[in-house]
Amino acid sequence: MRISAEEIAAGYRGKAVISGISLAVESGEVLCLLGANGSGKTTLFKTILGLMRPLSGRICVDGEDIARWARKRMAKTIGYVPQAHTPPFAYCVRDVVLMARSVHSGAFASPGKRDMVIAEEALDRLSILRLAHQRYTELSGGERQLVLIARALAQQAQVLVLDEPTSNLDFGNQVLVLRHIKELAKSGLGLLMTTHFPDFAFLCASRVALMKQGRILALDSPEKTLTQESLEEAYGTPLRIVEAGLGMRVVVPRLN
Amino acid sequence: MTTAVEAVVETREDLSQEDEAPTPPAPRTWPVFAAMWAALILLTFFSLLYGRYNLPWQSWWRIFAAPDSAGLESIVLLQVRLPRVLAAILIGGALSVSGAAFQGLFRNPMASPDILGAYAGAGFGASIGILFGYGIVGIQTLGLVGGLAAMLLVWTLASAATRLGGDPTLTLILVGIIVREAGMALIRLTEYVADPHGKLAAITFWLVGGLSAVTPHDLEFAAVPILIGVVPLLLLRWKLNVLSFGEEEAKALGVNPWRIRIVIIVCSAMISAAVVSIAGMIMWVGLVIPHFARMVVGANHKALLPASFLIGSCYLLLVDDCARGLFALEVPLGILTSLVGVPFFLYLVFRTRMERA
Repeated sequence: MRISAEEIAAGYRGKAVISGISLAVESGEVLCLLGANGSGKTTLFKTILGLMRPLSGRICVDGEDIARWARKRMAKTIGYVPQAHTPPFAYCVRDVVLMARSVHSGAFASPGKRDMVIAEEALDRLSILRLAHQRYTELSGGERQLVLIARALAQQAQVLVLDEPTSNLDFGNQVLVLRHIKELAKSGLGLLMTTHFPDFAFLCASRVALMKQGRILALDSPEKTLTQESLEEAYGTPLRIVEAGLGMRVVVPRLN
Repeated sequence: MTTAVEAVVETREDLSQEDEAPTPPAPRTWPVFAAMWAALILLTFFSLLYGRYNLPWQSWWRIFAAPDSAGLESIVLLQVRLPRVLAAILIGGALSVSGAAFQGLFRNPMASPDILGAYAGAGFGASIGILFGYGIVGIQTLGLVGGLAAMLLVWTLASAATRLGGDPTLTLILVGIIVREAGMALIRLTEYVADPHGKLAAITFWLVGGLSAVTPHDLEFAAVPILIGVVPLLLLRWKLNVLSFGEEEAKALGVNPWRIRIVIIVCSAMISAAVVSIAGMIMWVGLVIPHFARMVVGANHKALLPASFLIGSCYLLLVDDCARGLFALEVPLGILTSLVGVPFFLYLVFRTRMERA
């Protein structure tokens, strides 16, 4: 499966925040979206998820324009993983994951036995089945993020869109989430994620899109996209890219 | 071949395997529901037995079998107590279900149709109906129009104000209070212009809220809209879970939020109008009961809505029994529910503050 944005312009009240955006996510790859605050990452996200209509251009799934797709068909194709949040009610973890099963049932239906099995499988895939009957609101940020990923898996969408899945997590949990993201891509899902850390793109991305002021500066493999020049231009700060050995690279900012 | 990052991953893995306890079984809800049904049945029997006129249950069969020959006993049981008890069950349940639905819909544990002005709107419509001397159908229709208008106003104003920034929970409650006060002022206006020797007493008496004047005829005409309002809410209860995660997530989970919102608001306005038309302003039930129910069965709306209905029915039966028997003179039910509801609302305010601190 291939989800592509073709010459997308989108924004609020007719004013374009992003324009001329073309990119595609394919099954089995992690496409990382990098860029400073206000560079249009969220707008691009919402457009791809169908939460915002593009001002021009189109979003396609395997070449088919999805502008007229029903919500349910969209949800069966693209899953959304928001940042770990706190809902107003203390649902148990399994119920949070089960909510994704609404996609596969009628308006008045509640999830059945088969949906329970699918929800528990999704939790098990992320090794958090032991949390199934705990309260979602009482989990740590990292656990909540994993539960939201499990929810998108239970939705059985083929492409997941993750909004800064590592934000607000401690270092260990960030790595844990990244590891799961990489594994999910290996199992054949397509993943599109935003992050504030170029290091994470080096760690888990197949390809990276670097955004600045509503446009794409560069889109290629992490090594080709994330150069000293492109990152300095995108973030407006001097930095250096350091080889950490074993083919790993890290970005080190220069403070003076 | 172990880098720092991989080392962290390894440790994490070890940790997660160490505390990998077997998944505990899901807590069962049916014993809780069985207990609630039992409580409701017992309370119903008690409420039918309880009252100034002694009606032992042995005599019920005789009355039901031949209502015409039983005389006064038949009037007390079939014309007074039974409608009153059925009204308490229906009204308590319906108000609680619509309160629970509102809290899910607005993602706000302090929302309910009475807090957000739907009730005052329905009350204004109904009081105009009384003023013009309409029958129960006319009063209910005007009540429905008033309730819907109030909800529309609250929704529009609250979303406009939230777009300007600030705490959406608080904004919604404030706008609701403003609309409610406007509705109450309009109700007082109808009282002011009402004929003091006839209609004024009718409006004032009805406004306090109570079940003492419910007749079998009232019940017939209110039960239909109440049930038409409650059934869709119960059917949509799973979708309320999805909706409580917010607009964007609901959409991404394949749910059309607007369709569900409209159904919930129309159903709740219908319930408000029907309840107001036969029982006046019974406040606070819709806010308080869903919280009790959440403590008993948890947050999942799939169990919460039926539990709210059962607990709400029990609660109103109990409060109505108190209204009938606490003092020599009957205390209006609406006053008792407010006396219970106000401290509970305060408790909620403090508990939310403490959770944030």
